[in-house]
Amino acid sequence: MEINTQTNMHTIKRKNNINSRKLKNKVFHGFLILATTMSIIVLALLLYQIFSTGFKYLSFDFLNNMPSRFPHKAGIKSALVGSIWVISLTALFSFPLGVGTAIYLEKYSNSKSWLNKLLQINIANLAGVPSIVYGMLGLAVFVRFFNFERSILSGALTLTLLILPVIIVAAQEAIKSVPDSLIQGSFALGVTKWQTITGVVLPYALPGILTGTILAISRAMGEAAPLIMVGAAGYIAFMPSGPMDSFTVLPIQIFNWTSRPQAEFQNIAAAGIIVLMALLLTANATAIILRNKYQNRTD
Amino acid sequence: MKSQGKAKRKVHLGEFFIEKALQLFAAISILTTIAIIFTLFQETFIFFQEVSIIEFFTSKMWTPTLHPRNFGILPLLVGTMMIALGSSIIALPLGLFTAIYLSEYAHKKVRSVVKPVLEILAGIPSIVYGFFALTFITPILQKILPQTQVFNAASASIAVGIMITPMVASLSEDAMMAVPDSIRQGAYALGSTKFEVAMKVIVPACLSSIASAFVLAISRAVGETMIVAIAAGASPTLTFNPLKSIQTMTGFMVNISLGDIQHGTIEYKTVFAVGALLFVITFMMNIVAKLIVNKYREEY
Amino acid sequence: MDLKIKVESLNFYYGAFQALEDIHMNVHENKITALIGPSGCGKSTFIRTLNRMNDMIEGTRVEGSILLDGENILKNETDVVDLRKRVGMVFQKPNPFPKTIYENVIYGPKRHGIKNKSQLDELVEKSLTGAALWNEVKDKLHQSALALSGGQQQRLCIARCLAMEPEVLLMDEPTSALDPIATQKIEELFEALKKKYTIVIVTHSMQQAGRISDFTGFFLNGELLEYGETDVLFTKPRDKRTEDYITGRFG
Repeated sequence: MEINTQTNMHTIKRKNNINSRKLKNKVFHGFLILATTMSIIVLALLLYQIFSTGFKYLSFDFLNNMPSRFPHKAGIKSALVGSIWVISLTALFSFPLGVGTAIYLEKYSNSKSWLNKLLQINIANLAGVPSIVYGMLGLAVFVRFFNFERSILSGALTLTLLILPVIIVAAQEAIKSVPDSLIQGSFALGVTKWQTITGVVLPYALPGILTGTILAISRAMGEAAPLIMVGAAGYIAFMPSGPMDSFTVLPIQIFNWTSRPQAEFQNIAAAGIIVLMALLLTANATAIILRNKYQNRTD
Repeated sequence: MKSQGKAKRKVHLGEFFIEKALQLFAAISILTTIAIIFTLFQETFIFFQEVSIIEFFTSKMWTPTLHPRNFGILPLLVGTMMIALGSSIIALPLGLFTAIYLSEYAHKKVRSVVKPVLEILAGIPSIVYGFFALTFITPILQKILPQTQVFNAASASIAVGIMITPMVASLSEDAMMAVPDSIRQGAYALGSTKFEVAMKVIVPACLSSIASAFVLAISRAVGETMIVAIAAGASPTLTFNPLKSIQTMTGFMVNISLGDIQHGTIEYKTVFAVGALLFVITFMMNIVAKLIVNKYREEY
Repeated sequence: MDLKIKVESLNFYYGAFQALEDIHMNVHENKITALIGPSGCGKSTFIRTLNRMNDMIEGTRVEGSILLDGENILKNETDVVDLRKRVGMVFQKPNPFPKTIYENVIYGPKRHGIKNKSQLDELVEKSLTGAALWNEVKDKLHQSALALSGGQQQRLCIARCLAMEPEVLLMDEPTSALDPIATQKIEELFEALKKKYTIVIVTHSMQQAGRISDFTGFFLNGELLEYGETDVLFTKPRDKRTEDYITGRFG
């Protein structure tokens, strides 16, 4: 009898314990949902803030005007063109360099050699260097040492070094994903290594490489700090016409407007942000379309 | 036959040059590191010939452009640490909880909504967060705490925190997803609740990867520039009050570069000295992050 | 019978592990030579030394000589690219490139300098006919090769080799991933192919070796235990272990 009550007591106790554990689980679950929803709320608030401030200032004139001391006349033409110049050159430099390095690491250098390991560690570390430090590098090396001045070229080269680690890592992953059987199949046909790389490896890895590259380039498109260090100006009232011209880019123009005390300039800063985000969105959409297109072809 | 041999050699010569060219490409990444270290420390070395290193690290005054010039890095260092701390308070728990939710609780459909949102947040340029801090977060702070200054550390910290949350979340989630399902099933088979599995099994199992993700995220916050340049202010005063205007190391570097700084001037060297310190700090944090993972590598 | 390949004192190592030990073998021209033996006996390693595919694996070492038409292909000066052109290979799992059927066939020839469209067209038809695939795919040459069935894919891989006009065809368990009907089609193909090519085939199926080959070699633990005409080896094996294997007592 006594034993029986004890077991009963135990069961009751355990049951209570289960209930409290279940409650704990529920509270925690709610808490996690709250934490996760925060991101969505913040994104919504951010977009709302930008559109509600800037949308009514968007117009053709805004896109087509030069910056001005008067907010109602100010436009982003020179910054937009500057951004396009800088980003095009950055893409031109960083794509072959990044993909070439990835090919070297994956297909030429022995993965167990000290050189390969040094390169990998080095690339991982470079990825963690703050972007403003790249700006100082650009200032010392491109602007001063190579004497490229405060030009589009200096800016593009600086951003190239900044995003190179990202492109290399993405391209390495994509190249690693190429099935070995295809590579062997190519070699077995008496085809050289480089022909195998261009014939089988790169076509197969291209969607991954493109996605990684475009993401890296969108990052470069949003960078302001390194270009400020390199000496991109805040106020450019002419159109850059070549890589040696001085320049400004969208993020710097936005920064310039944001830091002015007049509220109206903050409105056009928001309008500038909408343009910048639209560009980023286009870039990312292009990445997705390209990826899908090539995936369809290879599957 | 002879011409064939010639053609063959030509092809192989091409292969040789291609390999050398690719090697050269790879060398650029090494050169970048060397160049960063060389340029930063060369100017810094010259800087310390003019400014005492003791003053640099102990003086509480930072007025490199005003007379009398003072080169005490402490105000900038404290400003940077305040931002790092403030953003961590937001990003580390938010990021970790989001990761736990995505990896252990969330339904596939929820994941397919939340993941892209996080990716978008991670892809938004920091200048946009800066704008958001100044025009949205600061006014709210001022409504709650009227003594808040227009430029203040708190607002910038919140924005930096939002910016690095996706990074914490995605790195931690990767670590949790790498825990094999057999461990989860073992714990569930013992009658554990999800909460217990998550907090007593999964999180401890990948604690080192999570710790490493935290360190990397803080390192990002230390190096973050545009948000603090816009929202935190430009007052290098030694204060621990988050509602006041401050200046960080990165904020100083941007601020002084907006003017036309000439090579050889003390301003130019100061930027490099501050940059070198920033580089050393973030570099050490990245190394620490790697050491944590390597030392306590999870083997499943 | 003409000798196509003469293997002498061949040793092969993966690091410290010796995978092949003192192999001697004569491969005859326009004959099918089958290599059999239990998994891990070295037969695949051996066939991959014949076109030096093992060069791609780090930490391997090879000793001895392999004479192809009297010339040692294991010499350092050997141009492996040229060697693989002469000695084609088909793998265990069909591995067509994720391109069209047409592009698969011309992949090799195009990279060896044939650019002429009509010449390539002709080559495609000839190679696909040679691999008994032409009739099935002639209307969809520009569709993806990955849409073909497993057996068709494997014949496409054979066609891809034929387009290089090789002298020797190496086949590493070419039918092990295929169903019986597809296997039969490929076996029938071998009869036709051996008129033009010398074929070395690794197979896990003794019945297949018995059906298609003229010569058979039995590998065990990295050694070529017994080698000779297929009829003789299957009916009067000299070694007890060969007999045990072919009668199904182990393996």
